Amino acid sequence: MSMKVAIRQVDGITILDLSGRITLGEGSVTLRDSVHDVLAKGSKKILLNLAQISYIDSSGIGELVSAFTSVKNAGGELKLLNLTQKVHDLLQITKLYTVFDIWDNEASAVTAFA
Amino acid sequence: MATRNELPDSTTSRVSLTLGSSIESVDAVERTAESFAQRAGFDPDTVPNIVMAVREAAINAVLHGNAYNPEKHITVSFETNSDGLTVRICDQGVGFDFSSLPDPLAPENLLRGSGRGIFLIRAFMDEVHFRQLHPGTELTLIKHRAPANPVA
Repeated sequence: MSMKVAIRQVDGITILDLSGRITLGEGSVTLRDSVHDVLAKGSKKILLNLAQISYIDSSGIGELVSAFTSVKNAGGELKLLNLTQKVHDLLQITKLYTVFDIWDNEASAVTAFA
Repeated sequence: MATRNELPDSTTSRVSLTLGSSIESVDAVERTAESFAQRAGFDPDTVPNIVMAVREAAINAVLHGNAYNPEKHITVSFETNSDGLTVRICDQGVGFDFSSLPDPLAPENLLRGSGRGIFLIRAFMDEVHFRQLHPGTELTLIKHRAPANPVA
C-alpha cells in the first residue's frame, strides 16, 4: 500500500493527513513532493498528521527529518500529530523524539504554532 | 524473477531467494521475513522489528550494494531452527566498510536525511555480522528465541 495525502487548512495551519506507508520509493517521494508543494504555495506552518501511517522505514524517517529541515530553512514550522506507537518508538530510539514538536491533540497542535 | 529453494525438515525451515535489484524485491523480502518470523513463533511485538531489520538490510543490498543495477542480484536466505531465526542477505556490489559508518545518534548527525538503516538493524536483531564477498557484501542477522519460562 502506498502513501496518500489529504491537505486541509485549519486556522491558517496546513494539515497534511497522511495514510499508508512512508518507505523507500513512492511513500518517501510523495511526502517530499507534498511538503515542497505546500511550501511553494506559501504555507509555512505545517502539521503532519501520522495517525493513519501504518509503517515507516529508515528512508521514511529520513524524509520526515528532511521535511522538518526544509520547512525550518524556509522560515516555517513543522510539527507532528498523532504518532502510532510504532512510529513513536522509532523516533525514540533514533533520538528524534526531542527534535520534533509532537502532539496528540489537533486543536492543541494548531494553537501551538507561533 | 525469484528462484526459491525450500529444504524443510522436522527441526529446520529454510528458504533462499534470488531477486533483482528493485524496490519490488525489497517488498518480497519483507513479506517473506514476516512469514518466517511469525512461523518461528516470535511474539507480535517482536515480529515487526525483525521485519523492519530485514527490510533495511534488503534496502542496503539493492540500493547501496547493487545500486539498482538490473544485471546484479541479491540473494536472501531465511532459516529457522531451535535457536531462532537467521537471515543472510548478499549483494554483488563493490563492498562497504561498516566500521566507518557515522553514528546517527550523534548530535551533528541527528538531522541527516539518511544513515539510520544499519542502526535500526542492530537495534532490532540480537546479532549482526558483516562479511566482504568478492564481489559484494553479506549481512547475517540473527534473532534468538526468548528462553522458555521455567515451569514452576
